[in-house]
Amino acid sequence: MPMKTKTIQVDYLARVEGEGALRVKIQNQAVTQVELGIFEPPRFFEAFLRGRNYAEAPDITARICGICPVAYQMSAVHAMEDAFGVRVEGQLRALRRLLYCGEWIESHTLHVYLLHAPDFLGYQDAIQLAGDYPEIVQRGLQLKKIGNEIVRVVGGREIHPINVRVGGFYRVPTRRELEPLAEQLKWARDSAYETVQWTSTFPMPDFEREYEFVALHHPAEYPFNEGRLISNRGLDIAVREYAEHFVEEHVAHSNALHSVLKERGAYFVGPLARYNLNFNQLSPLTHQAAREAKLPAFVRNPFQGIVVRALETLYACDQALRLIEQYEPPESPAVPFTPRAGIGYGCTEAPRGILYHRYQLADDGAILDAKIIPPTSQNQKTMEEDLRAFVTPRVKLPKPELTWQCEQAIRNYDPCISCATHFVKLEMEDE
Amino acid sequence: MSEAVLVVGIGNEYRRDDRVGLYVARRLAGENEFDLRVVAQSGEGVALMEAWHGARNVIVVDAVQANASAGKIFRFDASLEKIPFTFFHYSSHAFGVAEAIELARALQELPPRLILYGIQGDDFGSGNELTPEVELAAGQVVGQIQREIHSWRQPCAPIQAQPTHHPTQQ
Repeated sequence: MPMKTKTIQVDYLARVEGEGALRVKIQNQAVTQVELGIFEPPRFFEAFLRGRNYAEAPDITARICGICPVAYQMSAVHAMEDAFGVRVEGQLRALRRLLYCGEWIESHTLHVYLLHAPDFLGYQDAIQLAGDYPEIVQRGLQLKKIGNEIVRVVGGREIHPINVRVGGFYRVPTRRELEPLAEQLKWARDSAYETVQWTSTFPMPDFEREYEFVALHHPAEYPFNEGRLISNRGLDIAVREYAEHFVEEHVAHSNALHSVLKERGAYFVGPLARYNLNFNQLSPLTHQAAREAKLPAFVRNPFQGIVVRALETLYACDQALRLIEQYEPPESPAVPFTPRAGIGYGCTEAPRGILYHRYQLADDGAILDAKIIPPTSQNQKTMEEDLRAFVTPRVKLPKPELTWQCEQAIRNYDPCISCATHFVKLEMEDE
Repeated sequence: MSEAVLVVGIGNEYRRDDRVGLYVARRLAGENEFDLRVVAQSGEGVALMEAWHGARNVIVVDAVQANASAGKIFRFDASLEKIPFTFFHYSSHAFGVAEAIELARALQELPPRLILYGIQGDDFGSGNELTPEVELAAGQVVGQIQREIHSWRQPCAPIQAQPTHHPTQQ
C-alpha cells in the first residue's frame, strides 16, 4: 500500500506574537513529526547586557518585548535587589503589583478579544468579529486601554515604561493621580466579569492532558512578583534554586531552546498553571465569577485558558482597585542600597508565565553575566506535545480545518517571541 | 490646515533594519519646520489605534519584508485603499499595523488621512545598525514625508493623487 503523507505547514502563524512556524507531518494517519519553531531566546540581550551597569538592566530588558515590558523590568529589579540584599516593602511593593495589574489587563485582554476569541467563534480574525459584534470588540479595546493607563501612570509611559528602578521607582504617583484610574477600574471590573461569562460560553474542544504546572506561589496573595516556585508534582523551591531543577535543551529544528525540568521533562507555565496552583489566593469576586462560569478549581484543558485569562483580568482589575484605595504615597520613591558583587535571581509572573532572570555582578554593579528565560521558551516543549496529542485523533479532518485547529491550540499558550522583529511579510508582484 | 500631523515610527530598536521606522520618526522629530507630533511604537496594533485616536492626519512608518530589494519604499493611503490582505495576513506580530488599520476601518475609527510607509529591510538580525540601502531609503522617506506634509499645508492644494490598488514603489 502506498504511503500517504500529509504535512501541515504554517510558516507564519497568524495572531502569535512574533515569528512562528509550525510543521506537523502525518503519515498513514499517524502523526510522525511535530516541529514548532516559534521561539528565539533573547541571547542578544544577554550579550548586550554584559559590561553594562546594573541600573540599565530594567530599561534594556523592557525592550525585549513590546507586550510585556513590565515583566522584564520586574524580573530584572528583583534579581538585582536579590544580589544587593534590598527588600522593597509596603507601598512601593504595592505599586509594583499595581503596575503588574496594568500589564496583565493589557496583555490578557489583547489575547482574549483580538487573538483567541475569533478562533472559538469561527471568525478568521478580530476584524471579521468586529464586523458582526463591534460592541464586543469595543469593550475589549476599552478594557485594554485601562491596563495601558495604569502602566502609563505608574510606569511613566505606556510603551516601554521608564519609571521602574532597582529599589523602587524614580517617581511615585500622588493619590490624586491614581483616583481617575479607580473610576475607570470600576467599569473595567464589571466588563472583566462579563468577559469571563462570555468566554465561558465558547465551545471548547475536548482535550485534556496530564501536565506538570509550574508557577510562583505566595501564601497571602495571587502571584505577581514573589513567591516560591511550585508544581502539582511536588516541586517547591526558592527562585535561586531554579538552575538546579530546570535546564535548557537545544532543539535541532529551530533556534529554540526548550526548557525542561531535569527529572521530568516538559512543564506548563502561564495563567492555567497560576490558577491551578493558586486558586485559593484569588479574590472572592474572582471565585464567584469562576463558579458562575462553572470552571473547576483545577483545569486540565488548555483551551480553557481563555476563560482563565479572563478570570485573571478580573482579578487584576479587582486587585488594582484595592491597591489604589489603600494607597498612601511613600516618603521616598526608592529604598537606598549599595551595589555589591554577587549573583542575583529574579522570577516574576509575566502574563504568559514565569520569567526568570539571573545576573552576576561585579562590586561596582557592572553586569558580568546575564541569563533570561522567558515563559514561551518554557512552554515550547509542552506545546509540541499538545499538538502531537491533539492532531492524532483529528487526522481525518480536512487540512484547512486541521491547520486552523492547530493554530488555535498554539494560541492557548499566547506564545510571544521575545525580541522578535515585528516586520510584516508582504507578497506582492512588482508592476 | 493647522492641526499637527502625527508621525508614528514603528520598530524594534535592537533588530537592525526593523528599527527603520523609529529612525525615520526621530529624523522627522528633529526638524522644526513642521508642527509634528512624533511617537515611537513597538508595532502592537491596539496601542497604535490608541496612539492615532482623535488625530486627523497620520503618517505611519514601518519596516516590511516583501521579497523586494533592500530599501524599496512602499506607500499606502489607508484612507483610500484597503491594506492588501497579504500585508496583514503575514504580519508577524499578533495584532500589528495592518490589522490595526483594518480593525479601525471596521469600527469606523480610521483617521481621515492615514499614510503608511513601508521600507523593505534586509537584515533583521540582532543589532542596532541599519544596512546602508535601508539607511539611504530612510533618508528618502524623510524627504518624501516632508514634501507630503508641505503639500497638505498649501491652501487649496488638492489632495495628492494616490494609487488605488498598488503601493507606490520606488
